[in-house]
Amino acid sequence: MSTTAPKLELGRVGEIVPRADGIPKVTGEFAYSSDLNAAGMLWGHTLRSPHSHARITGIDLSAALAAPGVHAVLTHEDVPGEKLYGLEFQDQPVLAVDRVRYYGEPVALVAAEHPEQARRAAELIRVDYEPLAPIADAETATEQEPLHPDRPTMGHGYRDDPRPNIVRSLVIRHGDPDVEADVSVSGVYEVGIQDQAFLGPESGLCVPDGEGGVDVYVATQWLHVDRDQVAPCLGLKPEQVRIHLAGVGGAFGGREDLSMQIHGSMLALHTNRPVKIVYNREESFVGHIHRHPAKIWMEHRATRDGKLVNVRVRILLDGGAYASSSTAVTSNAASFACGPYQVDNALIESLCVYTNNPPCGAMRGFGAVQVCFAHEAQMDKLAAALDIDPIELRLLNALQSGDTMPTGQTIAGTLPVAEVIRRAAALPVPEQEELPRDPLRLPGGSGNTTRGEGVKRGVGFAVGFKNIGYSEGFDDYTAARVRLDADGSAEIHCAAAEVGQGVAGVILQVARTELGTEDVTLAPHTTATVGSAGSASASRMTWMASGAVRDACRAALEERDRNGGGAVDVERIYRHPRTSPLDPETGQTTGERSHVAYACAAMRVVAEVDVELGLTRIVWIGTAQDVGKAVNPQAVTGQIEGGAAQGLGLALMEEIQTRDGLITNASFTDYLIPTTLDMPPVVSELVEHPDPDAPYGVKGVGEPPTVVSTAAVVSALRVATGRELTRVPVRPDDIVGL
Amino acid sequence: MDVLTPRTLDEALRLKSERPDALPIQGGTDVMVELNFDRARPPALLNLNELAELRGWSEENGRIRLAAGLTYAEAMQTPLPALAEASRTVGGPQIRNRGTIGGNLGTSSPAGDALPPLLVCGAQVRMASVRGERTLPLAEFVTGVKRNVLADDELILAVDVDAEPGRQTFLKVGPRNAMVISVVSLALRVDGELTASFGSAGPVPGLVSAPLEDAESFPVQVAAAAAPIDDVRGTAAYRRHALRVLTKRALERCLA
Repeated sequence: MSTTAPKLELGRVGEIVPRADGIPKVTGEFAYSSDLNAAGMLWGHTLRSPHSHARITGIDLSAALAAPGVHAVLTHEDVPGEKLYGLEFQDQPVLAVDRVRYYGEPVALVAAEHPEQARRAAELIRVDYEPLAPIADAETATEQEPLHPDRPTMGHGYRDDPRPNIVRSLVIRHGDPDVEADVSVSGVYEVGIQDQAFLGPESGLCVPDGEGGVDVYVATQWLHVDRDQVAPCLGLKPEQVRIHLAGVGGAFGGREDLSMQIHGSMLALHTNRPVKIVYNREESFVGHIHRHPAKIWMEHRATRDGKLVNVRVRILLDGGAYASSSTAVTSNAASFACGPYQVDNALIESLCVYTNNPPCGAMRGFGAVQVCFAHEAQMDKLAAALDIDPIELRLLNALQSGDTMPTGQTIAGTLPVAEVIRRAAALPVPEQEELPRDPLRLPGGSGNTTRGEGVKRGVGFAVGFKNIGYSEGFDDYTAARVRLDADGSAEIHCAAAEVGQGVAGVILQVARTELGTEDVTLAPHTTATVGSAGSASASRMTWMASGAVRDACRAALEERDRNGGGAVDVERIYRHPRTSPLDPETGQTTGERSHVAYACAAMRVVAEVDVELGLTRIVWIGTAQDVGKAVNPQAVTGQIEGGAAQGLGLALMEEIQTRDGLITNASFTDYLIPTTLDMPPVVSELVEHPDPDAPYGVKGVGEPPTVVSTAAVVSALRVATGRELTRVPVRPDDIVGL
Repeated sequence: MDVLTPRTLDEALRLKSERPDALPIQGGTDVMVELNFDRARPPALLNLNELAELRGWSEENGRIRLAAGLTYAEAMQTPLPALAEASRTVGGPQIRNRGTIGGNLGTSSPAGDALPPLLVCGAQVRMASVRGERTLPLAEFVTGVKRNVLADDELILAVDVDAEPGRQTFLKVGPRNAMVISVVSLALRVDGELTASFGSAGPVPGLVSAPLEDAESFPVQVAAAAAPIDDVRGTAAYRRHALRVLTKRALERCLA
């Protein structure tokens, strides 16, 4: 039921290797989690809250139980074990108990012979709600009644902020945050709610093993942490729950939290039948967390010749109803708030609150996207105030290895900020195309709105950076197991989730490099045969899987040598350099480093904007990215292009809209993502300086392009329009000035 | 849910008369969205795809007849410039190969891309039932948001428009450059007088006419005739603003 990557004939670390799943995906032959089937399978369906905040006063299942084809109707009373779960904090009910805190919160489950029967039966469940006033405004959330009176995220070494509805409150004090300078520029920046918008909706198949346990085949990002959340809620031991990776149709952070895993397992164990759950598009939009919307206040103080002196930042993140990974996002936003610049003095306050808005958590860029949009707008503003070239201003302040972060961490690894700036700035920008043109090559595209009238061109620039790997003392490791057969062939086991980023190929490239053979296969990704790989998140999986597979391969060869040949089977665990927590009062690192490593990217964007209609065509993107060492340059380029597209989407169109916590555009009709007409060609420069701490010197590459592209696109729009454009996505109204 | 597939128009009209609750379907680009999102479960679908009578277009006596089953891809090949341009803005190639003019009329959405260009061409909608045929101006056919005069036993046969198009153009605003529902759209025809029709700026597509000498004030007239709202796709203020800009640009194109 899982896919095994076929053997490749070539390809060691550093070579271009075509993706094994590329052609099957393009031709529609790839089996996604929604394509799973089992004999005797039932279909599960989740009844969800139509309210963003309400008390549940009663649930009547009788009509649903009597509906045709129905095998089970379950509520919180049927959760066999723990009633609450959570990625990092156990604050989210498996099924709502007496209260719903967000629109779409799961309330009851149905299993039926046919998905339509399950949906129909769910409609027959009578839930009595007493609607409550939703907390929909993050700015006043700390003055409202607490949504989680037990304060689930407190007492984990975070700053104790006594106000209600705090997910995390972090203050970083660096140097003298009151110091004045010659020039000061300020701004307030807002970021709307972006969705991962992966094309494969949440789906999976849960199969009871006949001995009380369950096998879950699901599209996810971290198999073992799924297991560790699912098992307690089912009242099972971890080994009784086996999570197997099914075909993943995109993740981008949206599959870090559980979706149908516990629900499907409950129905499967209750009915003793395999149960499949597939969300539709609308349900997918409410069924996973989103990127945190943010409001960011920034002041930059600098000398007359452009040296940054003091940066003062306040960040407000709306975490929505449950914690998910919000505490780490809060910290990341603070870490990267000053941008990849050397700043001696800073005051950074980062606050994330609970509200009744859609829950937010991990999404590609993880807190760095929001602040990059703000700090890069500030750098352009400062350049204008000082009459310095914006690229020169960035070079003047560029962070480098050996410099100190606002958290007090000295950057130990590579961080070639100045080099990525220079190389991106040196890329030749295309000439303006002549008129008349096909409308498809003008802002407004197929809408035929201009023949050139109102169109202005702008060239923008931005730099961004982000951490690689998990931070703040998290015990981050990856296991890999290598079986060498007597005939010289090898089988690699690693639970690193292949979510489309290409880690399956990376694993094979590393194994071929280390073992010196092309006869290597990758076993299905599962919790059943190997230890945890950690999450396919935080741009960490290539680094971590490379380390684990390298170490396991070397250990296997040594063991075979010791044995004088024959078959061996070796498992090894790889850890990156240890990180330390931040001091809860000062935000300073309590050890050598709080982040493992950093990667940066610079991007140059050419935009054409119809300033009368507020429509945009991005003409060209050129970027230089710090990749450490490219394991597979073609895959790296793919990540850069996809990451840039996702950031462009946030800049121009992607936003979950809400009214009193209710999502009003849960469809691809009204949640727009870029088409091929919106996404220009990308010129990618791979800047390779191997990181001394990383296997082969690799750095993750998935997030930096997303971090920087939103800022770079809006920078180009500002040049074209002369407007400040302090909110993303930029709306036509903002460009026109309505 | 029953799926009824008549082979001739007569059979279709008889079935529609017997099953007035049957929802007609051609390309399914509207109907299937409703079904897939579980917003509608009609007792029956009346599949009109096999009816030769509903295919293609023809020209006769200075009028062009567009059969209800004419796809957007086919409409792009007609000698009606604004309709061709509007059809090009609809969805992607797959949608344009399936979606039909008849479906756009049947849905009667204020965002229906074919409606403004048909309105500026003096469109008359031909409907039929077992009781006989009737014809109404398109402006009278559409009565509100997704509402029209079609009776339960009636089907749309065709829409007739002027064959002499004059100078025409169509412009549509969307926040991305393809595959987008209109935030606001405009069709203009210049043919002895100025005729404009806008979409997504009122409960029904608007129709505004003025003499040629009013060209300068026409953008303001068109914007003033609109009754836009704020919704997830855009604001009322933007729609009014954009209508002025679109009308001005359309006039420049058609009067050049």
